[in-house]
Amino acid sequence: MCIKGKLTGKNMSGKVKLHYFNGRGRMETIRWLLAGAGVEFEEYFFETREELIKLQQSGVLLFQQVPLVEIDGMKMVQTRAILNYIAAKHNLYGKDLKERVLIDMYVEATMDLNDLIMRHPMQPPEGREKNLALIVDKATNRYFPAYEKVLKDHGQDYLVGNQFSRADVQVLETILMMEEMKPDILAKFPLLQGFKARISNIPTIKKFLQPGSQRKSKIEEKMVPQVMKIFYG
Amino acid sequence: MLQGTHTPGVLRKVFGGTHRNLKRGSMSGKPKLTYFNGRGRMESIRWLLAAAGVEFEEDFLETREQYLKLIQDGHLLFDQVPLVEIDGMKMVQTKAILSYIAGKHNLYGKGLKERAFIDTYVEGTTDLMQMILTLPFSPPEAKKKNLPLIIEKAKNRYFPAYEKALKQHGQGFLVGNQLSWADVHLLEAILMVEEKEPTVLSEFPLLQGFKTRISNMPTIKKFLQPGSQRKPQPDDKYVATVMKILKEG
Repeated sequence: MCIKGKLTGKNMSGKVKLHYFNGRGRMETIRWLLAGAGVEFEEYFFETREELIKLQQSGVLLFQQVPLVEIDGMKMVQTRAILNYIAAKHNLYGKDLKERVLIDMYVEATMDLNDLIMRHPMQPPEGREKNLALIVDKATNRYFPAYEKVLKDHGQDYLVGNQFSRADVQVLETILMMEEMKPDILAKFPLLQGFKARISNIPTIKKFLQPGSQRKSKIEEKMVPQVMKIFYG
Repeated sequence: MLQGTHTPGVLRKVFGGTHRNLKRGSMSGKPKLTYFNGRGRMESIRWLLAAAGVEFEEDFLETREQYLKLIQDGHLLFDQVPLVEIDGMKMVQTKAILSYIAGKHNLYGKGLKERAFIDTYVEGTTDLMQMILTLPFSPPEAKKKNLPLIIEKAKNRYFPAYEKALKQHGQGFLVGNQLSWADVHLLEAILMVEEKEPTVLSEFPLLQGFKTRISNMPTIKKFLQPGSQRKPQPDDKYVATVMKILKEG
């Protein structure tokens, strides 16, 4: 559901509200986690730089940046802070400090890889092929082997603590984005293939993966200059 | 779950194994930090351990061979440092390590909402320090251009937010009226920016008071003294060593 409207003082519906542009960017992981946790949310999309500036001038953005998520009476900024809050609130952050640190290690790595993926369309055309090769290399030789081994070593269905956590959601998100860049990226990772199928079939995730959900599509190349203009002028 | 004498593969990478890892592990039981001999991404971890009053050992990477051996021996989950060996685990990923230390040593607030505030503040100081951290590794023209931009962001984006936070509750610490990771991280950031621009706090009286107060806390005061494990600003030699070890350009 997209509501284009003003940022009101109070969130009267109590629903979680996301403020961002109508695309993936840094908000997508938050959408995934909310969806995975079965939490409904509304979205406000800004489409011009003027709208972002207005948001900045309203004083609601602690560091003048989005994502902004209104949740539980707070106007939260900073992607990691938001993700940590949602995960902890919805029992997706492990049972103790040691499980938590494993989850953190795994998701920090997905965020490193997501960052590369997110910046890829911003590369000048001449550099794109090389950049793609770099990303594929990192996924294939650094990140995915680590997750494959985790699954191999404990033989469990989920990455941490034998229960569904944010690590599973975030790794699935990254796998799917990598597959968009290279469809056979999981060719050497049979356990990750099984993991992908399994996590995709979890009811909340399955729903999010269906057309018509709030999951955003990969940005179209022709839209990139427009999006850059919103953020950088 | 993760017990037993045999922990194969990646779990060994994180939780240590049998005799092979004892050689690497800390014999004293203190956390052991593996990184280059300089600030980089490890510095915030040094600060937090010091603030928590936790003694630690350090192993400095000086050659590419050392780094490659670490990888070959399976100590680095994602082939990257920082690496911190602590409580029987081989931790990587700076944020994961910092969150663990904060959680363990009561520097992460009381409850979800305080935690959210701490996380938000720490992300801001991370972004600011990240800009300074990468500066020595950028080409000279970029360095010249970027330093004023960093100072501008410190003065117009980040420091006003923390000044306002202190003003709003009038307390001595950023969150929950007690020392937290957020305070330690902010002090580190303030000092780092002041090294580049000594007058940067001139318009932030509450931050000036904050800086003095937090600097005077016993564990932090100790860390700020010469001879501590705090590292100096990076120089050309440090940059060259890091580039050589990571084979980046």
